[in-house]
Amino acid sequence: MTDVTKAPNPVAAAFCDAGLTALIAFALFLPLIGFQAISNIRNEIVVTWRGTFLFTLVAIIGCGRLCFALAIDPWLKRRALRPAKATPAWRAVFGKWFIPFAIGFTIVYPFVVLATAGTGGALKWVDNFGIQILIYIMLGFGLNIVVGLAGLLDLGYVAFYAVGAYSYALLAKEFGFSFWILLPLAGCLASFWGILLGFPVLRLRGDYLAIVTLAFGEIIRIVLVNFVALTNGYAGIGGIPRPSFFGIPFNADDNGFAAVFGLPFTPIYRTIFLYYLILGLALLTCYVTIRLRRLPVGRAWEALREDEIACRSLGINTTNTKLTAFAMGAMFAGFAGSFFAARQGFISPESFTFLESATILSIVVLGGMGSQIGVAIAAIAMIGGTEITRDLDFLKQIFGSTFDPTQYRMLIFGFAMVLIMIWRPRGLISTRSPSVFLKERKTISADLVGEGHG
Amino acid sequence: MDVFIQQLINGITLGSIYGLIAIGYTMVFGIIGMVNFAHGDVFMVSVFISLIALLILTSFLGVTSIAVALFIVLLVAMVFTSLVNWTIERVAYRPLRGSFRLAPLISAIGMSIFLSNFVQVTQGPRNKSIPPIVQGEFVLMNHGNYAVTLSFKQLIIWGVTAVLLVCFWYLVAKTRLGRAQRACEQDQKMAALVGVDVDRTISMTFVIAAALAAVAGTMYLMYYGVVSFADGFVPGVKAFTAAVLGGIGSLPGAVIGGILIGLIETMWSAYFSLDYKDVAAFSVLAITLIFLPQGLFGRPDVEKV
Amino acid sequence: MRDPADILLRVEQLTMRFGGLVAVDHLSFEARKGEITALIGPNGAGKTTVFNCITGFYKPTEGRIGLRHGGMAAWDGLEALTDSGKRQAKHGDGALFLLERMPDYLVSQQARVARTFQNIRLFPGMTVLENLMVAQHNRLMLASGYTLLGVLGFPSYAAAERAAIEQARAWLDRVGLIGRADDPAGDLPYGAQRRLEIARAMCTEPVLLCLDEPAAGLNPRESAELNELLLSIRTDNHMSILLIEHDMSVVMEISDHIVVLDYGVKIADGSPEAVRNDEKVIAAYLGVPDAEVAKVEAEVGA
Repeated sequence: MTDVTKAPNPVAAAFCDAGLTALIAFALFLPLIGFQAISNIRNEIVVTWRGTFLFTLVAIIGCGRLCFALAIDPWLKRRALRPAKATPAWRAVFGKWFIPFAIGFTIVYPFVVLATAGTGGALKWVDNFGIQILIYIMLGFGLNIVVGLAGLLDLGYVAFYAVGAYSYALLAKEFGFSFWILLPLAGCLASFWGILLGFPVLRLRGDYLAIVTLAFGEIIRIVLVNFVALTNGYAGIGGIPRPSFFGIPFNADDNGFAAVFGLPFTPIYRTIFLYYLILGLALLTCYVTIRLRRLPVGRAWEALREDEIACRSLGINTTNTKLTAFAMGAMFAGFAGSFFAARQGFISPESFTFLESATILSIVVLGGMGSQIGVAIAAIAMIGGTEITRDLDFLKQIFGSTFDPTQYRMLIFGFAMVLIMIWRPRGLISTRSPSVFLKERKTISADLVGEGHG
Repeated sequence: MDVFIQQLINGITLGSIYGLIAIGYTMVFGIIGMVNFAHGDVFMVSVFISLIALLILTSFLGVTSIAVALFIVLLVAMVFTSLVNWTIERVAYRPLRGSFRLAPLISAIGMSIFLSNFVQVTQGPRNKSIPPIVQGEFVLMNHGNYAVTLSFKQLIIWGVTAVLLVCFWYLVAKTRLGRAQRACEQDQKMAALVGVDVDRTISMTFVIAAALAAVAGTMYLMYYGVVSFADGFVPGVKAFTAAVLGGIGSLPGAVIGGILIGLIETMWSAYFSLDYKDVAAFSVLAITLIFLPQGLFGRPDVEKV
Repeated sequence: MRDPADILLRVEQLTMRFGGLVAVDHLSFEARKGEITALIGPNGAGKTTVFNCITGFYKPTEGRIGLRHGGMAAWDGLEALTDSGKRQAKHGDGALFLLERMPDYLVSQQARVARTFQNIRLFPGMTVLENLMVAQHNRLMLASGYTLLGVLGFPSYAAAERAAIEQARAWLDRVGLIGRADDPAGDLPYGAQRRLEIARAMCTEPVLLCLDEPAAGLNPRESAELNELLLSIRTDNHMSILLIEHDMSVVMEISDHIVVLDYGVKIADGSPEAVRNDEKVIAAYLGVPDAEVAKVEAEVGA
């Protein structure tokens, strides 16, 4: 019988804990880190021992756990016991001004970048960061309607993105329509596919709906790869006509944008134009979503997420409600897809993998389902974060020249997904703001909000 | 006809591998209601662990007997893969239990991405291939230019799968752990209230799922002899299709579903087209979910009004 | 005295079988307009199953459920409608509906039958007001031109939304929840949630209100308030109510007509006084003295 009057020594406990963790880590990483199977010069496969890597990793984990047990965990426990403080006044002010400020910033962003980085550096910042993030924000807004508002778990969203991109590419090359005609056309086609794919599957619930949408997404990707006659397979479709400035092309010719406006030619003009194009599209998606939330259809989506049977008992045709959510989400993905095709000039099935669907879903879930701002912040964090890792060349100096940070990009991405879910399972903005109120708009905590069962 | 019989043999072999992985999916879904996206990648990890273990045994430790080597590799793979899955459950899923249903799903997807990239980073992106370990076959029929063969390795796979399924059935139906699992599947809170250690039962479920996946992994290595870090996703989805086809929550269903999927795949590749064979699997998944969501042996999920 | 002919709902030979289990066995009864009809019986008698059949959540194995809008003349077309295979038919100034042929949302949308649930089904993450706004979905959808006009900002929708908010406000006043209009429904105490569910059902402007155990879990004071509410709904809104209930203080106080079920079979049908004294009802609820067991068993044929 242990003597209960004697408290266990916390330091000893921490060391035991750390030791155990290190032991488990050792066993865990022994096969794949401790050993490596590589081909030798004679192209035979042999196994080599990587003791230093293994022991360093185990040591780091052990020490980390020790730190945690000795210092961080007790601090967290002490913090949890502290009385909750009322939200400080600056938070309210911050909240009110955040959105206008953020939108204003995105509008002037290209010029800020131009001023600080010059035309050469600006290209990377506006294109790889600005435009890329905005595409994902728009996709996030679109999927937010399906997953966040209506609670329909869609894991094949990339299929509609692909439909938008490929229809834009094929129609542009075949018929030469302008971007402004093709954009709504691609959106309609994607929407049509949304209804087509949605119809048979919408009576499935929860996880089953997720899996079947994943299956559809993959089927479309495999068809894109193999239906070479239409889509050119892995080789993709190139030479997609680039968008022009309302008829004025962005090249160095005399009738080009630079010449017409009397400016020296740089490729940055097209990039900035594309930036404002996607910014406009993203803001449009956001605006439409906000308006739809206040209309009966949006309210029906949210009610559907809360309790489908109650909806049906109130006379709402939930099948139609689900189809409209699917169709709207698909339409915005179609818009994003056609923009993507126009910007890249070349598309291939490799851009439309399940990983894309998973990324977009993570952006929506991380943002906090149904919250537009959350989606935007999450997209900036995730996409911006992964783009920045491309830039970590300075790490080569630490780890040696054979170290390739891009390999670790997806590794960190996966790990980050897990960590973020554990930290904030309900997402960053885990409150819901009602669409109509009598006296005051009180936000609702996420514990009460339904998560949707398909 | 000969082609058909050969494809039948091949299909059952492939299906056994899928069935072993499918059991993992169905068990985890049954007990915590979550589709473990990372299971396919756990399978892939087990293939790599088997590879490394085999190489160590044959080159460092100079084991020459194939049977001994395979047996030890099997055990080693089972132990280490179970440890991996146990850790994954503790780290990525347990903190999210009881919360919002999407969170463990995203966590699983993140884990899946993490695992495949982990293997890619630590073992290099190229395919690893080994010379065939088990050779030889029985020639069943020989009608001129086409010989229907049953190779030794296919026989081994059938044998190992059968033995394991019997052990596993015994475990689930007759032991205390099995009873505890079934209790947790029905009502976790109540099971906890009558003294079942729910955390431990769930951990053991993940361990068993991983052990079976490891068996599948070793068999896969022996059968195909080549593995890549990307080999987790597609077999994972196919095994999940098998679990759904058999009826998610039903263990015999998972095995039968696996064999069916294996047969569909081999028949499709032989008689139709090799390129679209994955589409066949995904289409079966979609069709099953749309028309028969409870699968062949599952119980339909009826929501009480 | 109730008008014997003013029948609103006619349930005829309703049978529901789940595999080998007969949950409801050839049940027939009538509910009259402007009356409160109670459906009572021991647990497992099949009452909620009857409700689910009436409101379209289950499809009955056999039977016919007729509902009329407008004047009594609508019933004349009953046989013709049954033979025609259609779900509903207009008849003069009214209409006739065959509820067993209609899916759940159409029963609410077109036949205008509203219901509440045994285990309350609110939208917990939405505010009290939003819950009532969802109830008025169909009207608002029409006014918003199926969303198109609404997105474009046409004034017709804004006016309709204001009217909907007004109706919601009126009902919140009636049930005493006006002070909590902007609170999430999931935050309300149990009794308030029950009242909200009733208010939400009333916002769909039904002709028949079906309540599944509205008094479950309420203390005596709350039950008395519920009685007042239901009586006022019957009188002021000229509403017909169909009620499943176990709480006899509610049933006996407010019902005009009671139907008693036991093991899916109707064992009594009449006024509260008649039912209260009916032997079979007493036997079903309280059992019979030992001496009479043999007699009852012979009757029942066990």
